[in-house]
Amino acid sequence: MDAQHLNLIYLIIAAAVATFATRVGGYVLITQFKHIPPRLEAALNAVPAAVLTTLVAPAFIYGGFDVGASMLVAFAIGMRFSTLRMLLVGWAAVMVIRHLVL
Amino acid sequence: MKKNDFREGLRGGFAVMLAASPFGALFGALAVENGFSIADAVLMSATVYAGASQMVGIELFGNNVQPWLVVLSVFAVNFRHVLYSASIARHIRHFTFVQKFFTFFLLVDPQYAETERRAERGLPVTFSWYLGFGLIIYFPWLINTFIGALFGQLIGDPKAIGLDVLLPIYFLGLVLGFRKRDRFLPVVAASAVASVGAMHFVGSPWHVSIGALAGILLAACLPQTPARGEVPAMEQEA
Repeated sequence: MDAQHLNLIYLIIAAAVATFATRVGGYVLITQFKHIPPRLEAALNAVPAAVLTTLVAPAFIYGGFDVGASMLVAFAIGMRFSTLRMLLVGWAAVMVIRHLVL
Repeated sequence: MKKNDFREGLRGGFAVMLAASPFGALFGALAVENGFSIADAVLMSATVYAGASQMVGIELFGNNVQPWLVVLSVFAVNFRHVLYSASIARHIRHFTFVQKFFTFFLLVDPQYAETERRAERGLPVTFSWYLGFGLIIYFPWLINTFIGALFGQLIGDPKAIGLDVLLPIYFLGLVLGFRKRDRFLPVVAASAVASVGAMHFVGSPWHVSIGALAGILLAACLPQTPARGEVPAMEQEA
């Protein structure tokens, strides 16, 4: 096993430990704290949307016409339907654009 | 172990398992695309066992982001689990130490939601039920990762069959899952503008931390609404 692959294994284990920490952390904290300050709670509530948006917006702006257009189609579907349907329709859209339009 | 409770758990988790299966396969295929071997992909599913953060992890890894930022991002995406484990604490007080270890390890979104619902309906949250519900999701998740990774290795150019758009669309779907939360629009707008700007002026991978920080800081600085009681329902995803 080469060094780079070993680093990947370490990375996966570290990610697993970080995830387990979140899953046990709340239990440990709740037994210590009585009250979470509202601004901290607001910040924590914003974490997932804030992180995930950084993986969406640049892809939409810099991803090219085909990626941007299929993301728009998927967005429209996602307002009404499940993530799975978003993926299927978005995937179909990019295939149509790549093979029939461009 | 109560056999009936275990079987009831298996039945309850079955639908969740079916819904999560395509995402397990998708993770496997995208992991291989981002430089993972089949074994790496299965190892990640087996140890991290948190769909969205696994996708974030491989995406950042494929972009040669520094390891600490990958781990931090996985931590951030899974941070909601802190709320889950705090909230189910009152239902699992009677579990032993070892049972609690497995309980927390298997604590994915639907597992949390179903545990809360079961307690709300006045049904006993036994370890047998919890384990049945968890295992019927956990093991198929590994098998689907393996199948997806195997399939991914057979594919030549992922762009030719459109695999590359699936990840941003998947993340878009996750973002939409939070749209009922307070301050959703300002947070998303701040993170979007900051991450696009950071991508342009600083470059990847810093767009992730800079963009995320912008949204989180804004959420903390905006006027706070009066107490809303419970933490809102989380998104549906394994």
